[in-house]
This record gives sequence, C-alpha cells and structure tokens, in this order.
Amino acid sequence: MEKLLATAAQLADPAVIAIVFIGVTAGLFVGAMPGLTAAMALAVLLPFTFTMSPLNGLVALGAVYMGAIYGGSFAAILVNTPGTPSSIATAFEGFPMSKKGRAVEALSVATISSAVGGLAGVTFLLLLSPPLARLSLKFGPAEYFWVAVVGLTLIASLSEGSILKGLLGGTLGMLLGTVGVAPIGGETRYTFGLPVLQGGIEMIVALIGLFVMPELFSMAAKGKAALTAVDLKSQERSSILATFKAVLSQPVNLIRSCIIGELIAIIPGAGGNIANLVAYNEAKRASKTPERFGKGTIEGLIASESSNNVTVAGSMVPLLTLGVPGAPPDAVILGVLLLHGLRPGIELFTTSGKLTYGFILSMGMASLALIPVGLLGGRIIYRVIFRTPYYFLVPTISLATLLGTFALRNSITDVLIMLLLGMGGYVLKQFGIAPAPIVLGLILGGIAEVGFVQAILGGMAQTYPVVRLFVNPLSWILIGLVLFSLAWPSLSAMLRKRSGRSEAEEEPNA
Amino acid sequence: MKKTIVFMLSTLLVTMLIPVSSFAEFPENPITYTIPFNPGGESDITARLQEDPLEKVLGVAVNVTHKPGGGGAVAWSEFQRTAKPTGYEIIGVNIPHIIGQPILRKDAGYETDGFNLIMWFHFTPNALIVQKESEFKTLQDFIDFAKKNPQAATVGGSGTYSANHLEALRLEEAAEIDLTYVPHTGTGPVIPAILGGHLTAAMGYSMMGVQYSDKMRVLAVAAEERLEQLPDTPTFKELGYDIVGGAFRGVAAPKGTPKEIVDKLAEAYTEVNKIIAPKQKKLGFVMTYATGEEADALVQEMKKAYQETFQRITKEKKGN
Repeated sequence: MEKLLATAAQLADPAVIAIVFIGVTAGLFVGAMPGLTAAMALAVLLPFTFTMSPLNGLVALGAVYMGAIYGGSFAAILVNTPGTPSSIATAFEGFPMSKKGRAVEALSVATISSAVGGLAGVTFLLLLSPPLARLSLKFGPAEYFWVAVVGLTLIASLSEGSILKGLLGGTLGMLLGTVGVAPIGGETRYTFGLPVLQGGIEMIVALIGLFVMPELFSMAAKGKAALTAVDLKSQERSSILATFKAVLSQPVNLIRSCIIGELIAIIPGAGGNIANLVAYNEAKRASKTPERFGKGTIEGLIASESSNNVTVAGSMVPLLTLGVPGAPPDAVILGVLLLHGLRPGIELFTTSGKLTYGFILSMGMASLALIPVGLLGGRIIYRVIFRTPYYFLVPTISLATLLGTFALRNSITDVLIMLLLGMGGYVLKQFGIAPAPIVLGLILGGIAEVGFVQAILGGMAQTYPVVRLFVNPLSWILIGLVLFSLAWPSLSAMLRKRSGRSEAEEEPNA
Repeated sequence: MKKTIVFMLSTLLVTMLIPVSSFAEFPENPITYTIPFNPGGESDITARLQEDPLEKVLGVAVNVTHKPGGGGAVAWSEFQRTAKPTGYEIIGVNIPHIIGQPILRKDAGYETDGFNLIMWFHFTPNALIVQKESEFKTLQDFIDFAKKNPQAATVGGSGTYSANHLEALRLEEAAEIDLTYVPHTGTGPVIPAILGGHLTAAMGYSMMGVQYSDKMRVLAVAAEERLEQLPDTPTFKELGYDIVGGAFRGVAAPKGTPKEIVDKLAEAYTEVNKIIAPKQKKLGFVMTYATGEEADALVQEMKKAYQETFQRITKEKKGN
C-alpha cells in the first residue's frame, strides 16, 4: 500500500499528466482511423520513448494503447467502420444510433463505458494479477481449441436473420485464414505459387476490406443521403450527466462485460477483438429485450466498449507476470521492458515495483483522461465528419484506409487483398452475408487449428490422441459453454413460451 | 497476370521510395533497414538497439521498417526481386531460416545465396529447457525417459523447420530417441506452455533460460562453449552429443551491391555491435563478428551441418 501511495505521488508530475493526455489524444485519432491499429501506433511511438525515462516511456505507451482501443469506437459509431477489431460490436449498435440522430449520445456512452472498462482492468491488474496469471497458464492446447469453438458459436447470434448465411460467412473466414504458411507443419497453402501469399491474409486487412470498403461503396452510392445530419443543438441538450446515469444504471451489464473482457484478455493471443463480440453476445442473451439489439440500444454499446478497454490492462497480466504478451500491442511493450533491462516476473513487482506500479496506475489515469478527451474530441470529430460533404469524406477515408493497410506490413499485396475482399464483401453483403462472421472465422480458425493440432501432438503416445481434447476439467467447462450456447436459441424459446404469450408478438426476429 | 501486376506495382512503389543515389560518398541518403518479422521479437529488439548508434556512425538516418509474414519469406522474396543494389536498402537475415525455407518450401520465392551478406552479428544457441518442478534434473534423465516412452516426450518450440525444430530433430538422431515436436507460432507462446506444464520440455533459445532462470531449468545448450549467462549449464557437446546450433542473425544487401559499400556497412555494423554488446549479452545473446568471406563461409558451414536433417525431412515428406 505504501508503495502504491509513493508511486501515486510520482505520477503527480505535470510532465506525466501531460504525457497521459497527449498519449490518449494521439491514440484516439489512431484508433479512429480504420487501418491504423494500436499495435502499429505503439511500434511508431517506440523510438521516441527511448529519449524518455523508462517510466515516462511506459506511461506514453499505456496512454496511446488505451486511447487507440477506445478511438476505434468513433469510426464504428459514425461511419459503421470499426477503427480497430476491438470495436466490431460497437458498430452493431453505435451506427444505428447514429442513423437515428443519436450519434453524440452514442459517443458519450462509448466514452464512459470505455473509462469504466479501463479502470476495471487496472483494478484487476493491481489486485488479482497472481491468481489470474495462474489461471492463464491453465490454458493448454485443448483449451485454446475449445475457446475458439465457443467463439465460433457466436456466429449464430451475429448473423442477422439466416443462421445458414452466418455459418457460410464463418466458413469462408476460416478458409481465408488457411492461406499462407501453415502454423503447424510449415506447408504453404493456397498460395497459388505466389511467394507474397506466404504471409497469409492478415486479420486487419480482412477487417478493413470486409467492413470499411463495402461501407464506403454504399456511402458513395447513396450520395448525400449517406450520413444523417443531426440537429446539433438538440443533441447538446441531452446532457452528459444523463448519459452517465444511463450507463451506470446498468451495473450488471458493466460487471459482466468487464469480467468477460478480463477473462479473455488473460488468454495469450486473444484480446479486445474477441472480447467485444463475446460481451456483446452475452449482453444480448441476458437482455430482457434482445429484439432491440442491432437497432441502436445502449446496452450492446456498453458491453462492447467496456469489455474492450478492460483488455488493455487485462492483457498486461500475463505480460508483466510471465512475460507473455496477451495481445499484439503487448509484444511491443514487452520489447520496451526488455530494452530497458526489465525482466517480466515477480521482480517487476518487487525490485522495480515503483516503475511497474507507476505504469499500472498511469493506465488508470489514462482511462480517466478518456472522459474529457473523448467527450470534447468526440464532439469535434463528430462535427468534422458530419460537416464534411460525402464527396470529400469518402475519398479521404479511402485514402487513409489504403495507406493504413499498406503500413500494416509495408506490403502492397495486402492492399490488393484488401481491395479484392472489399469488392467481394460488398457483393456478399447484398446476398445477406454479413462481414462479422467472416472476420470472426478468420480470427478463430487459426486459434482452433493450432490448438487442435497441438493437442493431438501432445497425445501422440496414446492410442487415441484425440482424447487429449477432453481430459482437462477446464476443457469440460468450455465444452459445457459450447453446448449451452448451441442450445440457447431453443432454450430461450421454450422459456418464453412458458412465461406467457404476451411477449410472443414482440419476437418476430428471434 | 496477377504476378506481373503485383510485380509492377511493387517495383513502382519501391522505385518511388528509393532516392536517386550515387556511389561517390556512401552514405548520403537515409537507409531503409527492413526487419522481416513482427515488432517485439528478437530481430526487432536488436534493430532497435542498433538504430541509434548506426545513425551516429553512418551519419544518415536509418529507418527500421517491418515486413512480417511467412517466417520471413515474404520480405526476403520481395527483397531479392525488387531491392536495388545501392546499399540504401538492407534487410535482416536469419540462419537457419534462409537455408531451410528454400529447400523445404515449394514457393519460398528466394534463394539462400541471393543475398550479399554484410555481417552476422549475433547467435542465440538452442537450449533444452524444462520447468523448474520437472522431474528431469539432467539431460540424461530426459533421454532415458524418451527412450523408454517413444513419442511421449513432447518438445515445444517455434514453428515447423525453425531452428528449434531442426535442433530437436538432431537430438532425436544423436540420442536415438523418438520425440514429439510441438510447433508454436513463435518463441513467445512456448513460455506459458512450459510454465503451465503443457509440454515435457522446450527446445528454445538460450535467452528463455536466462530470462526465466527462476522458473525454468536449462538441461543443455547447443553451443561450442558454456554460456557466460548460464555458467552451470553443460553443453550438448560436453555430454557427448555433437549438437551445435541455434539462430544467427545478421544483415544483408542485395546481390551486386558494390564491395566498397558493403564493406562500409560491415564496418559500421561491427562498431555498433561492440557498442550494444553489453545490453545484448545481459539478455542472453552471443555476439559474433562474421563479415565478408567469413559471413558466406558461415552459411556454407551451417548448410552442411543441417544437411542430414534436411535430407531426412524431404525423405519423410516424399514418404507421405
């Protein structure tokens, strides 16, 4: 406790506060731009941190990370294009709200939820790191496989309307994920003799191609009607205080989403990209009015935005205690720690405790900084986007998207893949195949494959290696979740029938 | 068709990025130093350490860019196709990657000898590592177990045919045992797999053992001599298994780069390597200073060392 107070004092430095605000603001803009990801922002920032003291450097990285994950919600809400994979579900609710002229409200909800999520993540990291780290080690290959399967069951709820079309999209995504060098076995698959395809289809490239491009095509096609103008004055009146109340009046939703975010964050390799979808799905499942989801409800928005910001500090649990990056941006932070001669592990919390606790607390500061920066910056970005005529907006976003895609791996091939996927995605959308299941399949297909093959390899000495997938208690829990998730649609239908017919009229979409 | 478009576009782009250069007083323009892996890995950490002193020694900006994919092959194939031999485009290279991939992959898209090597600046030896609580105290314990229980010992490491994998294969041959190698996507995920007890052992780089000395035990290292950072750990050689290997990291220019320029870069990298040595040694790297003919000789030597293993793999592949 003393250590904490001493560290807190060290953060009262105006320079640190300035770094937090600048970092959060910079991160916000990076995250708001489709194609620019948190990991990329950190990599760009890295050389600059060398000129700072280790603490200031880490504070800057933490603030940018926090800002970037949050900033993804802007593009998601305003133009229906998730700025980062962590805000896919944000677009499901945020954009419909925006269309109804509630964009500013949606942005405020996202801001407050993100701040709550960020603070929750920091609290988990401060208080529960050791047990959480032990839990994260329990995840072996079999568990990874089942986590991926649990994730794939989300497709059922992500596919609006036809489940068949959702499954088709998910399969397509998994298939796209197989392009390149096989993660296990090292064979090249579906490269058609082109060496450039050895790198496979990067998830972000697919995200941009499938989400952003079709949206830009539709915007261009719709012309002036693409963005619904909002009477700003009436918007301003909907006070921030009321939004605060609206968000905080859903404590169950917030707590559930934060716990989901934390649990997913500590699994190395999974992060905000999966957490936001799972939290959204659970919010929908628990909701008394699931039929309102997808049409602009703040419940879903709260779930998505709080859970993804939990993962920022949450993924630091395996990073700081074990030296295992929980999500891609954490790899950069690991590099910084190593460059400063800091070895992840218990030492980080004892000998260099001042630095580590300073870093952790600064992420809490960054979460709080989201509120002023987000509420103010949100209004500015909102005005810029809605006052810019679409014939400037569409080309501007396109250009930024192209550059972002290229910058991802400095690869022109990625740009071509993105454009091809964009055209394909537009056509598929016309047939009712949504981009979300495709991206989900792409993310989870690889995790499932690696987990499955590693588990089988682990059981090579047994007669039936496949048994390996079913032996651990943690696997049983996950299998239970899969079964529950699969049975849920019929279960909920049964429950509803029993609870009376009065609600039956309301569920044409169920 | 697609190939030509890709080629044309990438050539166009690269030519736009290359400043017009003359050989007069190299270097006078910024140098692009490509790392074919993700930020945060061993190659990246090294490049970050080199960046600043390199700029001071050479007097021009050195821009580190990342082009990950295919275990390095995406960047290497593009580099051999498009990079201009001016010295302003250089790329990080790794052994055994650049030896193994062209032999074992159908479409690696580049050749081992298609680079003009500048220098190999460090070596990270492989090491057989177990959890601290493991019942295996010595290499002999592990080998005895593997002999009695074919395929039951799972050995984790980075991807298929990586330095780690090849070493595990060589250990199988040398000790006449049958292990199950479990590839991971990079060296990072091997750490929780070992700590969580999901593997019998890891064939990782020595750095892992140095950095996790409180949680892991290194049974043997695949180096010529014991490591400074692990003085109590025997080498495989001491224990009677002739296994020396790991990953060498270095830097290369395109084939055909003038000798004066390559020499100048080699000098600069040598100087920088001395500057960053203390920091790197602490992390468990073994510094090397192979430039010029020595650098080429190292590739040939390692090619020979891995030859038998490669032959065995290609035979098994055909057998399937």
